[in-house]
Amino acid sequence: MAEYKWPDADKRTFIGKRISRIDGPQKVSGRAKYSFDVNRPGMLFGKIVRSPHAHAKVKSIDTSVIEKWPGVKAIHVVAEPGTELYWAGASVVALAAVDEPTAEDAMRAIKVEYEVLPHLVIDTDTKSAGEFAKQANENKVGDPDKGFSEAEVTMEGSYGLPVITHCCLESHGSVMQWDGDNVLANLSTQAVSGSVAQIARPLGIPATSVRVQQDHIGGGFGSKFGPDEWDITAARLSKKAGGKPVKMFNPRDAELMVAGARPSDYAKIKIGVKKDGTLTAWESQSWGSGGIGGGGSPPIPYIFNIPNQRKQHTNIVNHIGSARAWRAPNHPQAAALTMTALEDAAAAINMDPYDFFLKNIELTGQRAQIYADELKIAADMIEWKKNWHPRGDKTPGYMKRGLGLSIHTWGGLGHASDCDLTIQPDGSVELKMGTQDLGTGTRTALDIIVADTLGIPMNAVKISIGDSRFPTSGPSGGSTTIGGISASSRRASLDALDELFAKAAPSLDAKPEDLEAVGGTIRVKGNPSKSLTWAQACSKLGAIPITVRGKNAPGGNLISQGVGGAQMADVSVDIETGVVRINKIVAVQDCGLVINVKTAESQVYGALIMGVCYALYEEKIMDAKTGKMLNPNMEFYKLAGIADIGELKVHMMTGKGYDERGVIGLGEPPVVSPGAVISNAVANAIGVRVPYLPLTPDRVLAALEKKGGNNARI
Amino acid sequence: MQDDDNMNEKGSGLSRRNFLKVSGISLSVPLVMGHRVIKVSGAEVKVFGPGKVPIQLTINGKNLAAQVEPRVTLLDALRNELDITGAKRVCDRGTCGACTMIVDGKPVYACSVLAIEAQGKSITTVEGLMQGDTLHPVQQAFIDNDAQQCGFCTPGFVVASKAFLDKNPNPTPEQVLKGLGGNLCRCGTYVGVRAAVAQAAQKGGRRNG
Repeated sequence: MAEYKWPDADKRTFIGKRISRIDGPQKVSGRAKYSFDVNRPGMLFGKIVRSPHAHAKVKSIDTSVIEKWPGVKAIHVVAEPGTELYWAGASVVALAAVDEPTAEDAMRAIKVEYEVLPHLVIDTDTKSAGEFAKQANENKVGDPDKGFSEAEVTMEGSYGLPVITHCCLESHGSVMQWDGDNVLANLSTQAVSGSVAQIARPLGIPATSVRVQQDHIGGGFGSKFGPDEWDITAARLSKKAGGKPVKMFNPRDAELMVAGARPSDYAKIKIGVKKDGTLTAWESQSWGSGGIGGGGSPPIPYIFNIPNQRKQHTNIVNHIGSARAWRAPNHPQAAALTMTALEDAAAAINMDPYDFFLKNIELTGQRAQIYADELKIAADMIEWKKNWHPRGDKTPGYMKRGLGLSIHTWGGLGHASDCDLTIQPDGSVELKMGTQDLGTGTRTALDIIVADTLGIPMNAVKISIGDSRFPTSGPSGGSTTIGGISASSRRASLDALDELFAKAAPSLDAKPEDLEAVGGTIRVKGNPSKSLTWAQACSKLGAIPITVRGKNAPGGNLISQGVGGAQMADVSVDIETGVVRINKIVAVQDCGLVINVKTAESQVYGALIMGVCYALYEEKIMDAKTGKMLNPNMEFYKLAGIADIGELKVHMMTGKGYDERGVIGLGEPPVVSPGAVISNAVANAIGVRVPYLPLTPDRVLAALEKKGGNNARI
Repeated sequence: MQDDDNMNEKGSGLSRRNFLKVSGISLSVPLVMGHRVIKVSGAEVKVFGPGKVPIQLTINGKNLAAQVEPRVTLLDALRNELDITGAKRVCDRGTCGACTMIVDGKPVYACSVLAIEAQGKSITTVEGLMQGDTLHPVQQAFIDNDAQQCGFCTPGFVVASKAFLDKNPNPTPEQVLKGLGGNLCRCGTYVGVRAAVAQAAQKGGRRNG
């Protein structure tokens, strides 16, 4: 039996190195086919008529005009008369036509009447939410009254961040073909294996009749864990159209209205602190929303387990497109509420927040040392002690500069994952797995692990993913993919190698357990002259290939969970215009053993940039009166451009002390802190807290005019 | 989809008033394929449609024919009629750059150009940058510097970078930030893109002209 562990550092050929992604050539040349790119003979184009009202009942639907159009091949009513609709953009009736112009015209020719009902789309105030505000029970830790009585300074402030959308560049959708008994789904999904049953159930067909395929996905970020109602609708349209494939992807406005919202969170926070920096108490009244299912419940105070706490959260149920998981659910909100309030507490006692965080680092629990190490490295990278100044840049002029910091955490335990590894008698190798590559480099990681384990070049391994007919692997969410797929592929590779050793051993006059696979050979350990080439060894299989099922099973030390992470930002703020510019952000991140340093760093850079987006620009702006989203497009739903991100530096914690933890997921943690670090840096620059993200010029100017929303009370 | 007025105004170079006159005239003529030429305010103007018209496009050096309604964009004509899908439709209104193509030497948002107006012009898409099996230096630089994650914005970025380097073979970092400000990425690959453009500039992004 193989021992399931990673090779020692000096024995790694590809693991832990900087490897270019293997599907890079496809992606840079336009040959990579996303589900949105799938074109099939006779394909129809699906469109959906959506509710213009935030809350309404369908009174009537009249499709009689388009029923006579030769170009319209199928019509499907999604919301029958009498159905209540809970957000603007909700699907009402769908159609499939021979081309997009015809489908667009047909949408406009459908008449729908609505009974308009009262709505709520604003979430900044619990009082105006009335019956839509659901208050949870108070949560008490320790003795908050005693904690505040022990405090020498009490800081009070308001904090928050609005609903944002996922804004995947490939919108949600699919090409669905219901031909005879079978449904072929080219879905844009984070869950290839997991979508089969979700498609079969509403269609009332056996899951064995459904196949999901996806070569590449143009972004998901937590919003694509299964088929949406419009994908199921596309399948129904296909059936009605005699089995012709139907392409149904959201137009950009619908994508931003209905296909993903990160819940908002706001809080009034009070922190008790002694003048030496000792934290004594926390109190928060928080609230947030995320559509008709409510919002999230961020874990506050985040990471720092302040001894005495009193907390109350109110969930606002409202009429916007439903919340979906967004990269590190609840954590960016928790960090943006907690790390800002803590920085304000430090300012209230005139303490450097770096010293303040280290003073209280034991409150972070088991990862205290990791945080301390990471904060020190980050401080060196941004020259914290040289560049930090007490709150408010006192240098003359309108440009004010400041520093901010934050820490974060995430789990990242690998999900269930199966794979089949086949070694053919001719020496060719294929790994099949029903996983997906979200752009994190999953294909490349699999190739690295198999090739490293088998001792062969990466281009000698064929990696086949993105098909539900391959062995089941978990959905890519919560940073669970790399742990799952690395464990199953390493186990499969080791087990396959054992079988190959057994076949090759007689020719080498050795025992199987004395063999090793190195540099394209199978050889006797300690006696490299006794060896077979990879091809010679595989030829000993005769006619029958080896196929081994690898699983991410319990046992071994291939994976674990739980990471820290520290970030710091350096910003400049123009106090005449309110414009915030990023000078530099540094990120120090651990994630156990790093399989591919190149793509791992890309994940962290990407997270920082996504963080700049939600710290400075992103907001789903709703109109209170009409209940509509005012910016369902990309000119007013703003993302950072290449000039908006400043200089970014990433440091991965690797080597001794980290590699032994095995592989841990990375996608979520680095996106948690940017909102907090940027807000803290702005407060440090201008001397006042801008309470709510995004830190747009109007909010910055308003905070300056009011001298900030938060005043320390001593 | 943009409203038709908007697209015609942007695409044709006609003033709105003249456009309305033209459409008024074209609606009064019988339904035929292809375009006619009429005089508007002393100038000769092509009139297409209504209904599908045959078009010819010169894409990556090849002449390709399709039948599209006059309102169809260059992007949709390529993606939906010719199965050339490297350029992506994302914002569909000239903001994000995912559909960038090079038309007569200039980078354009193909979602904001009508297919009928791209006739007779030289159109280069991301599919046209490779020479046989060899990647263009810009493409290789995007791989080397991992200037891609999900890759959906990548074709637009690669084409925009190529067009930018053709005009600015030795750009300063500031010029890169300005020159590529018209393309948006959601995964956050800008650090890689900056490095890729710098690498391609050193190696000569103009190799393929």
